[in-house]
Amino acid sequence: MKAAVIVFPGSNCDRDVAVSLEKSMGQKPLMLWHRTTEVPADLDLIVVPGGFSYGDYLRSGAMAAHSPVMQEVKERAAKGVRVLGICNGFQILTEAGLLPGALMRNRDLKFICRDVHLTVERTDTDFTRGYAKGQVIRVPVAHHDGNYFADDSLLERIEGNGQVAFRYASANGEVSEASNINGSRNNIAGVFNEAGTVLGMMPHPERLADPQLGGIDGKPLFDSLVEALCK
Amino acid sequence: MSAITPEIVAQHGLSADEYKLVLEIMGREPNLTELGIFSVMWSEHCSYKSSKKWLKTLPTKAPWVICGPGENAGIIDIGDGLAAVFKMESHNHPSFIEPYQGAATGVGGILRDVFTMGARPVANLNALRFGSPDHPKTRHLVSGVVAGIGGYGNCVGVPTVGGEVNFHSSYNGNILVNAMTVGVARADNIFYSAAAGVGNPVVYVGSKTGRDGIHGATMASAEFNEDSEEKRPTVQVGDPFTEKLLIEACMELMATDAIVAIQDMGAAGLTSSSFEMASKGGMGVELELDKVPMREVGMTPYELMLSESQERMLIVLVPGKEEMAKAIFDKWELDFAVIGTLTDSGRMVLKWHGEVVGDLPIDPLAAASPEYDRPWEPTPALPVLTPADVEEKPWGEALSTLIASPDIASRRWIYQQYDHMVMGDTAQRPGGDAGVVRLHGSNRALAMTTDCTPRYVAADPVEGGKQAVAEAYRNISAVGGLPLAVTDNMNFGNPEKPRIMGQFVGACQGMGEACIALDFPVVSGNVSLYNETAGQPILPTPAIGAVGTIEDVDTMATVAFKGPGESIVVLGGVAGEQGWLGQSLYLRELCGREEGAPPPVTLAVERAAGDFVRAQIRASKITACHDIADGGLLVAVTEMAMAGDYGAMLAIEGPNLHASLFGENQGRYVVTVRESLLPDLLAAARAAGVEAQTIGTTGGFHIFLNGEQGPALADLRAGFEGWLPNYMAAEA
Repeated sequence: MKAAVIVFPGSNCDRDVAVSLEKSMGQKPLMLWHRTTEVPADLDLIVVPGGFSYGDYLRSGAMAAHSPVMQEVKERAAKGVRVLGICNGFQILTEAGLLPGALMRNRDLKFICRDVHLTVERTDTDFTRGYAKGQVIRVPVAHHDGNYFADDSLLERIEGNGQVAFRYASANGEVSEASNINGSRNNIAGVFNEAGTVLGMMPHPERLADPQLGGIDGKPLFDSLVEALCK
Repeated sequence: MSAITPEIVAQHGLSADEYKLVLEIMGREPNLTELGIFSVMWSEHCSYKSSKKWLKTLPTKAPWVICGPGENAGIIDIGDGLAAVFKMESHNHPSFIEPYQGAATGVGGILRDVFTMGARPVANLNALRFGSPDHPKTRHLVSGVVAGIGGYGNCVGVPTVGGEVNFHSSYNGNILVNAMTVGVARADNIFYSAAAGVGNPVVYVGSKTGRDGIHGATMASAEFNEDSEEKRPTVQVGDPFTEKLLIEACMELMATDAIVAIQDMGAAGLTSSSFEMASKGGMGVELELDKVPMREVGMTPYELMLSESQERMLIVLVPGKEEMAKAIFDKWELDFAVIGTLTDSGRMVLKWHGEVVGDLPIDPLAAASPEYDRPWEPTPALPVLTPADVEEKPWGEALSTLIASPDIASRRWIYQQYDHMVMGDTAQRPGGDAGVVRLHGSNRALAMTTDCTPRYVAADPVEGGKQAVAEAYRNISAVGGLPLAVTDNMNFGNPEKPRIMGQFVGACQGMGEACIALDFPVVSGNVSLYNETAGQPILPTPAIGAVGTIEDVDTMATVAFKGPGESIVVLGGVAGEQGWLGQSLYLRELCGREEGAPPPVTLAVERAAGDFVRAQIRASKITACHDIADGGLLVAVTEMAMAGDYGAMLAIEGPNLHASLFGENQGRYVVTVRESLLPDLLAAARAAGVEAQTIGTTGGFHIFLNGEQGPALADLRAGFEGWLPNYMAAEA
């Protein structure tokens, strides 16, 4: 399996996700600088990491979506290469049009860094096959702009297609307004593209993939990808 | 006709005597640019002129100290070829005027102090003091400062893992924002600021220079008055994105052999960075100011020398490395300009399009920077209160009140706005005794904390100074860390008042005694004086930042009770008749009194208890540990119960129960131990000369005392977690 992590000026979770990938893959992923247009042909997975690409000036992810490397990412995604966007990476993927919807400022207008519980909505994808259907997992969020928005018709389509990957929930899996930390529509914490080959999520699975950091609920996501993509 | 009038001299914060010295050193009247340079170099902020005499008395040496005070940050050897680089610095005045930017640039400045030495920042902490919750500005200041710290640290991608917050009316007009950064470097790849090599290029990197922050250092060296808010334009504006790029670019350059010396441009910007580099290296420097990257047109040499624009560094390069270095800064889209060369003249020569616009001697200016032995008077001793002097309230109600009081209530509302997990090594998050960050790729970790109890320092500066150091020692020990060294951030009022100067002198004495007894040297620090508004000084606040090492992060201790049926033991003993209620939060929050002498610190006991508890943690003999601090024993037990979600059944007998439960006697810890291991623990404590007393068992949903059911954990938690968010949400 061959994986790459994109590095934008201002990315700050690039190393963290590379560490998690290495633990699951047994080898280091490539780190791809934002200016590069030479992306290896045989990549199986591209990760767009968290951080503040280009300072998140203008709008979170808006400038990164137009960087040279993202043209390549779009072409690969169109060919079915798996793409994972975490936090700022999710914002970038929506800005790049690879995922539906948009991420707005959190409902209470503050940065939120804490563990949250998520329900795993689908387990038939390369990203989530390592989880059980309906499983509740605990992973952290750390964002200012994680309030997922889609208008009514888009939301209906996303739900109808089963594109929701994760929802904010209580510890026992109840999805309600009380567990909706940032105002996201339908408590959406992560979405797939229609084909289920691109995933964007606000929570950081790479931050709880090591028992010394207090939990490993994020690790099956990386293990799933390795299992699915190892040739 | 003289261009420099006494008014201009006064506007630059120089006294008439100091100006006489300027004339002597220059041998002529300075021009405005030169006067500005004297002004900032001799400001209290840059020269430490009132504090130097006393700071010199602090212990700064130990076998593991690589670099003590005087450089950008202190450095200690942490083993495995690694060094921890850390410092704490104040940004009090700017944060009061413009809380978001003031706090944000405070974080930016301290980060640069650390990475300029070759260390990658791995953690931030902050020690904050705000006015009374009832004061109309407090909410606005809390909100702005917290957002500013988060806004900067989160974007830069360095986790904010710890800190402390107090509220007190003495800070109503003068809040304290002390930011600390801890970095890790290879011990054989540390960078210093002393310039060397005649003819070597002096390079400017980072952001362009604008007109922001001119005279910030002078502002930070004056008392506040009603017009202080007009100083808003002297507050700098931060750009954490550029800082992030600057960190990465500097790290990349530091991996080569191109750097002779490097220094960040902090307070007093280009002036102090170039002066310090040249002065430390015994060099001269010639700067072509027109080469400085500028943000706006029409800037003058005066403005360029005094601007405090953020995210800038000055580097002396090995000749011939300019192209290679420039390529790195180009990659990170940062400015890079050769703006001067080193000379052997011993002078700073400033040129503007070829014309000399300033020419000052470096050593005389630096060496002649005034040093004052300010008159001081000791703080009068306050009477010792006995338990009988303090009214006894029902314990359950007292506990519920204390746990939801401003100085004890949960800081979750604050630390949830800080990214405390980025970099993937945060092993202990905020909310415990110390933040713990793993050394990347290893099983070892750094423990870090900031501590000070200003009400104790005000009541008795010597004991209070000791206590600040001792509490930091205790918090590092309580997670299993070996305390190695401290940084101090001395926040005091106007040193020209003997009473205030006496607080400073006393605190230094107490801190020094504690640092010696605990093998805990001071390796860096910062002084912030003139923290007064309209003549009202703050409580003296010598904030201590401390760092220690944990050998195996898997054995780290946390405060949370781990299960039911475990024994609860107090190390250092239940105070009983000796319960110390003077200056306690019980006395303040329950009785409305801020009185008496503060609890004394017995350093030998402190040391023995710390060594004992650390050994027990490292041997995995105990299951939870928490030091006893604000609020006393019952508050400490309750914090452990809430964190673990197990109640406690306690048996603590005797008259004056309130003094046992809420006395703030020092040098103590609460630990839990599996029942089967209890006899071993008690025997080991006896052998180590540490008093150990079993006070109960974990379990249930309440705090029980002597068979009486006290408050439910759920209610205590509601008060503890609710106070700050409810306060912040309420209308002023």
